Amino acid sequence: MNKLKRRTVLKGMAATAGLATLGAPAIAQSGPIKIGFLTVKTGPLASGGIQMEQGLTLFLKDRGNKLAGRPVEVYTGDTGGAPAVTRTKLQEFVEKNQVHCVIGPLDAASALAVDDYIRQVGVPTLSVAAADDMTQRKPNPWFVRGTSTSSQCAHAAADYAAKTLKWGRMATIADDIAYGHEMCGGFQRVFEESGGKIVQKLWPPLISPDYGTYIAQLKTNLDGLFIGFAGSNGYKWVHQLTEYGLRDKVNMIGGMTAIDESLFKAMGDEALGLVSACWYSAALDTPVNKKFVAEMNKEYGVDPGFYAAATATEGAVLEAAVKAVDAKVEDKAALMKALRATNVPETVRGPVKFDDLGNIVGNVYIRKVEKNGSKYQNTVIKVYPGVSQFWTYDEKAYLANAVYSRDNPPAKNLEQ
Amino acid sequence: MQFWVIQTLNSVALGGLLFLLSSGFSLIFGLMRMPNLAHGAFFMLGAYLGVATMNATGGTLWWGVLGGGLAVAVLGGILERFILRALAGNEQGQVLVTLGVSFIIADICLLSWGGDPIPIPAPLSLRRPIFFEGLAFPTYRLVVLGLAVVVAILLHLLMDRTRLGAMIRAGVDDMQMARGIGIPVSRLFTLVFCLGAALAGAGGVIGGPIMAAYPGLDADMLPLALVVVILGGVGSLLGAFVGSFIIGFVYNFGTALFPDLAYVILFLPMVLVLVFLPQGLFGRTLR
Repeated sequence: MNKLKRRTVLKGMAATAGLATLGAPAIAQSGPIKIGFLTVKTGPLASGGIQMEQGLTLFLKDRGNKLAGRPVEVYTGDTGGAPAVTRTKLQEFVEKNQVHCVIGPLDAASALAVDDYIRQVGVPTLSVAAADDMTQRKPNPWFVRGTSTSSQCAHAAADYAAKTLKWGRMATIADDIAYGHEMCGGFQRVFEESGGKIVQKLWPPLISPDYGTYIAQLKTNLDGLFIGFAGSNGYKWVHQLTEYGLRDKVNMIGGMTAIDESLFKAMGDEALGLVSACWYSAALDTPVNKKFVAEMNKEYGVDPGFYAAATATEGAVLEAAVKAVDAKVEDKAALMKALRATNVPETVRGPVKFDDLGNIVGNVYIRKVEKNGSKYQNTVIKVYPGVSQFWTYDEKAYLANAVYSRDNPPAKNLEQ
Repeated sequence: MQFWVIQTLNSVALGGLLFLLSSGFSLIFGLMRMPNLAHGAFFMLGAYLGVATMNATGGTLWWGVLGGGLAVAVLGGILERFILRALAGNEQGQVLVTLGVSFIIADICLLSWGGDPIPIPAPLSLRRPIFFEGLAFPTYRLVVLGLAVVVAILLHLLMDRTRLGAMIRAGVDDMQMARGIGIPVSRLFTLVFCLGAALAGAGGVIGGPIMAAYPGLDADMLPLALVVVILGGVGSLLGAFVGSFIIGFVYNFGTALFPDLAYVILFLPMVLVLVFLPQGLFGRTLR
């Protein structure tokens, strides 16, 4: 009940915030490039949403607020993480502000809620949300995803666990939401096909007051544990394991959001040595990324994590596409075609391009937390170059299977 | 065997934490009939203010508990005196106002402390788990359990064994008569509200080393307080105490033995009680 009311209130707030942008005149053709930016600045998802805004702001600032010579105007909408508000804000962007493209939203539920509307009005959308099927079995022709699917990095994590770490018996634990299911599904498939066995799967609800009950259930004879947590749950899990004196007794490999840079301040030494797989690390040693990290530190006093890197990448992709259409962003079909055809050799996350369904093909990094001076960082210890959402599988065969879920692929090796 | 021992310890430890959360709610909602939906926000604000106190004074967790508890008590007093008092008897109005206050507190916290979780360190001596018979269990959680028991005993003594407690109970039972014999009911009610808020604020800091302070902590905790108080019986401290431990056991063993029921398991006992025993396990029948 509490949640519902908060959404209603936020909706009201969002509507009033929208009024402020009414004054902007809608001059077609000659005016600025208008970007609708769906992010989250209030509520439990705000940490990621604020980073998204920081990443995009810095990227545009670096370009002098121009893309391909044309000035840029950003309309920012705070969705509060609520699908209904996301829809209202998007509608306002499209119908009132007449934006040329959209960046966001953050979460899968919100992305799914606007899926049909995006198809209906045909606005190019650079999504951050990870829901697999939006670029797989139910692809949206107006979508490009500059982050990754839920399972994209988990495939690589499983390969690393099985082949490099040589783990044989593993358990998985993840938030009991589609994102967690898809990550663990991808991990399980690649891990078991590489000869490993998933002997236990734990699914704590996204909001769990206490992980003690899951810690007590954890099998003691495991080679390793895959942790597919989102938000601050990764911190909570590692911290509570430490409380129980098990931090050093359980080997772990994290999904792409479990060991995020944004959590280091809270985790402190508890994070040291944790391994995870993600398409980004703030410790990537490239000129583009070093500059980005330095600016994030200067402006906001933090290292960029998943979400800041996401919008910085989307910005670079958008810039390449806008250049390709000579800044004529009014032709949305042409812009969309250009977005999918982009091949940007230098983004903060490394080289990126898109597959025919609009999902990114880029590096996945295996990272290990180390201390660098007084700061913690995700040191890259292995690179899987040019990873697609289909991993090494054939696209057709991959799509013929059902989407990963709690029980797909079926777990044949579970032990009581 | 190990599973059962650890889960039992988990259950009582969680029960202790839940009692620290819900005892204040029980005082305000149960005794004074004020549905204070800002209770979760009090808990979260306490956690943030506690860690701020610790940073400012360089002190240990116990200074944080004191700082968080006192600050939230003052806030509670102001809320009761200047806003809720004007809505006396209007429960719907109180629900809406306290809900609004909880949103305001949540956004102020987000603005002041950002969106990332802030850890609250336990005292150094309590950070290592204790070992017995090859089992390990976090020392701090046992301390939380101990604190909950102490708070329960103190509250019981206060309400049932002191003159102050008798006056409060008299005020609740028949306000006009109590006033007639010279009991300063309105001042007492502010005091009780402050005490309830202080328990929430201090509880937030005490829960900190387990859960940390993070945006959304308020919304995570409020339903738990509601479940405990409704299960235990509105207006009964004993009910809140027993309810906390029942929920602790149900949550830990329920999620372990019936993982598919993880979502309903917390609310199942509440629903059953509401259907078959509407006044709760230890609730007093309303007149």
